[in-house]
Amino acid sequence: MDLSLNPFSSGTRLRDMIRAIRASKTAAEERAVVRRECAAIRAAISDNDQDYRHRNMAKLMFIHMLGYPTHFGQMECLKLIAASGFPEKRIGYLGLTLLLDERQEVLMLVTNSLKQDLNHSNQFIVGLALCALGNICSAEMARDLAPEVERLLQTRDPNTKKKAALCSIRIVRKVPDLAENFMGSAASLLKEKHHGVLISVVQLCTELCKASREALEYLRKHSVEGLVRILRDVSNSSYAPEYDIAGITDPFLHIRVLRLMRTLGQGDADCSEHVNDILAQVATKTESNKNAGNAILYECVETIMGIEATSGLRVLAINILGRFLSNRDNNIRYVALNMLMKAMAVDTLAVQRHRVTILECVKDADVSIRKRALELVYLLVNDTNVKPLTKELVDYLEVSDDDFKEDLTAKICSIVEKFSQDKLWYLDQMFKVLTLTGNFVKDDVWHALIVLISNAPELQGYSVRSLYKALQASGTQESLVRVAVWCIGEYGEMLVNNISMLDVEEPITVTESEAVDALELALKRYSVDVTTRAMCLVALLKLSSRFPQTSKRIQAIVVQNKGNTVLELQQRSIEFNSIIQRHQSIKSSLLERMPVLDEASYLLKRAASSQATVSLTKSAPSAASGGSLKVPNGAVKPPPAPLADLLDLSSDDAPVTTSAPSTAPNDFLQDLLGIGLIDTSTAGGAPSASTDILMDLLSIGSYPVQNGPLATSNISSPGQAVTKHAPGTPQVIDLLDGLSPSTPLPDVNAAYPSITAFQSATLKMTFNFKKQPGKPQETTMHASFTNLTSVTLTNFMFQAAVPKFIQLRLDPASSSTLPASGNGSITQSLSVTNNQHGQKPLAMRIRISYKVNGEERLEQGQISNFPAGL
Amino acid sequence: MGIRFVLLVNKQGQTRLAQYYEHLSLDERRALEGEIVRKCLARTDQQCSFVEHRNYKVVYRRYASLFFLVGVDNDENELAILEFIHLLVETMDRHFGNVCELDIMFHLEKVHFMLEEMVMNGCIVETSKQNILAPIQLMEKTS
Repeated sequence: MDLSLNPFSSGTRLRDMIRAIRASKTAAEERAVVRRECAAIRAAISDNDQDYRHRNMAKLMFIHMLGYPTHFGQMECLKLIAASGFPEKRIGYLGLTLLLDERQEVLMLVTNSLKQDLNHSNQFIVGLALCALGNICSAEMARDLAPEVERLLQTRDPNTKKKAALCSIRIVRKVPDLAENFMGSAASLLKEKHHGVLISVVQLCTELCKASREALEYLRKHSVEGLVRILRDVSNSSYAPEYDIAGITDPFLHIRVLRLMRTLGQGDADCSEHVNDILAQVATKTESNKNAGNAILYECVETIMGIEATSGLRVLAINILGRFLSNRDNNIRYVALNMLMKAMAVDTLAVQRHRVTILECVKDADVSIRKRALELVYLLVNDTNVKPLTKELVDYLEVSDDDFKEDLTAKICSIVEKFSQDKLWYLDQMFKVLTLTGNFVKDDVWHALIVLISNAPELQGYSVRSLYKALQASGTQESLVRVAVWCIGEYGEMLVNNISMLDVEEPITVTESEAVDALELALKRYSVDVTTRAMCLVALLKLSSRFPQTSKRIQAIVVQNKGNTVLELQQRSIEFNSIIQRHQSIKSSLLERMPVLDEASYLLKRAASSQATVSLTKSAPSAASGGSLKVPNGAVKPPPAPLADLLDLSSDDAPVTTSAPSTAPNDFLQDLLGIGLIDTSTAGGAPSASTDILMDLLSIGSYPVQNGPLATSNISSPGQAVTKHAPGTPQVIDLLDGLSPSTPLPDVNAAYPSITAFQSATLKMTFNFKKQPGKPQETTMHASFTNLTSVTLTNFMFQAAVPKFIQLRLDPASSSTLPASGNGSITQSLSVTNNQHGQKPLAMRIRISYKVNGEERLEQGQISNFPAGL
Repeated sequence: MGIRFVLLVNKQGQTRLAQYYEHLSLDERRALEGEIVRKCLARTDQQCSFVEHRNYKVVYRRYASLFFLVGVDNDENELAILEFIHLLVETMDRHFGNVCELDIMFHLEKVHFMLEEMVMNGCIVETSKQNILAPIQLMEKTS
């Protein structure tokens, strides 16, 4: 073999290039050098220059490291690998692992060269090939070359063996089915003496256990003894200069063996018993004054926590933990906190004992330690210690630095909510957090706070007064302002008259105009955030009814926003102005206090939204866009009611029949806060049913004459109105069509008949279609499923997939249980946007899974019978 | 998998060696290097040697003007990785004799060969300096 040709002694040009790059003073200069070099290399490649191929490759590696594209050199790697000399191969393989990755097709071309080199007579070349394969092999290559690697595991040379073992790790990870082929040789290789082979094989065993249940069982039987022996040998061995680190022989091997013992001993009493003694020995005898020893102890404690260890061993581990935690070295404290997290599952009491130390760590100067400690504190909180712990955290909130505040705030909010049985305490903590770091409080957290306040009539007075005080003290925290503004709007009179005082409270004197001042200030200060300003407007409107004397002033403030460039604010102020001006008689009932919000349904909704935030925000665009307008009402009636309302409003003098206000609980959040603003941009383009209702509701007063008779005529024959239009469209739309001539007639809907999209022996699925006018790409489908068998189907789930040019959104299904023999159905709506509308028809693959008598079933199909033009 | 990447960066934040054991595109690499280098270089000596970044940890250690950064999975033994960094430095020291930034720049491929002997596919293969350097010395002798 020719080893004489060293690619790096053949010229100085690589050095020259590096020097030139180092000498570059600016990034532009460096880029120029690299560009020049790349051009030269490309030229050499196209000339098929053999002499400098390796040197060019070395340059490319350097250029790659600097972060420039080097894809054009990939083929050169293959040529170098195919060469016969070792130096060329060496640099070629290195280039291969650096410049390529398994997803590139070039890699397919290298499989053959790899195969040849794996069978080469020279062990170094075999080593190169194994190394490259271990770093980049893909699933196909793994299948092709696994037999070679298996054979190499049995060779005599330890260097080849260790590389083959690591290569097997990659193969097993890519193709877990192959795990069984390797488990036998892996277990027998544990008898080796060479540390390199041992550490590789131990890692291979760990990987095998992960990949296959069968291998795990096999290794539990056949490897535990060997592992115990390895660990005993290395921990008892006398000074071995080659592997010695700070007086300990090969800590890396220690750690890998301990880790494998953890995998094997987890949930297996037999294995755990076998390793008990040696673990005790390692835990007691390992020196803890050097980092290497601590690394072993750290791993050992984790293993003891992970397996079914005896209680004596556990005590040993907990003691080591305590020692770590009181160590002055930050690294050790960091890993101690890490270990405590794991220990929580095993021995909560032992961890609780260190609570004070952990709390200190939350205030550490080091962000890594703070983060770990905070996670831990969060786990530690329980009924008995929640109050002191929260107090500590809230106190710390005041002094913590800004980038930590976000984490801390989220955790405090989460803790406080989890233990919110004591409402007064919960409110106090939330007010503190809002005051200190209101900018970091997430929307759902303060929404929940408002829901709670609304449900606690005895605390509403206290809340509004506390919030008013907080607002005076720090008016810059966004979510504090929002909650305060909402409460002042709702419970303004409690603020002014000190209603329902608590014993702990000190009375405050706030005049009506001071309350308005606070809102005005918030409205003007928050020139950036539309949501807050919109909430201010609503609150002001409410106060105008609570405090009639301030009505004139409020009107003046509201009118200032009449020309606002933000449509939402402009619309609100114009509408509110006309309410104040012209509808005195209905104002007080229109602006009644919000009905009590349904806590349970909010929690449910919040849980659902955390799972599928996207689908939630999109699924209610109509409700959201309407929501902002519903706010002033304070009372929204169930769907059939708007018609009656319209009539009431159209005649200015008629008595208002807003009796006991009933809410539609689903929309209450939007109703309540008017926070649908994010959606208005999307929803604005597609005027939906509820927008129309509310537009009419609010604007109708300006032209009652035209609308009055029209509406009445429609009312007199509601049946006709419904039958006139295609079935399946909501009744409300039909009724309103007669009212507002601007809404196009839903004739388009008729063009798309419903279809039976899927039918099998057990199931039938039908689709109804609906299109929004002016949006030909978008289709709303209502799927309804019917059970054709006599058995109830449970765990019913419908999934759909569409080609890339289509966007699909699935709303939640109405139920997951489908009653037998067609006695009811599940409905689910889908929204589809065909981005190539008019060019390509809709297509969809579906998958329905369910359980029949507890047995899983799966049905799949393709829907191609969509009506044309969707 | 254990080790996800090994990075050598100088005080100015320039990359001097980069070896990734999972595929990242060029842009991802650049962003990652920028972010973690900024994070690590800003830390003081008193702070611990571990930084949590996205879904993994970076264990780092400083030698004169060079920072050695190793990205590892969350369940990896951080203290052992510190030892690994030290072993890498000692190995380079033995080969170059008091290694410095320039040695690494001008012998990039050799450092890669050493690293290749020590780590494969993110797992540690060899911990004996002698065994790591044997093939490299053999190659130098014959050339």
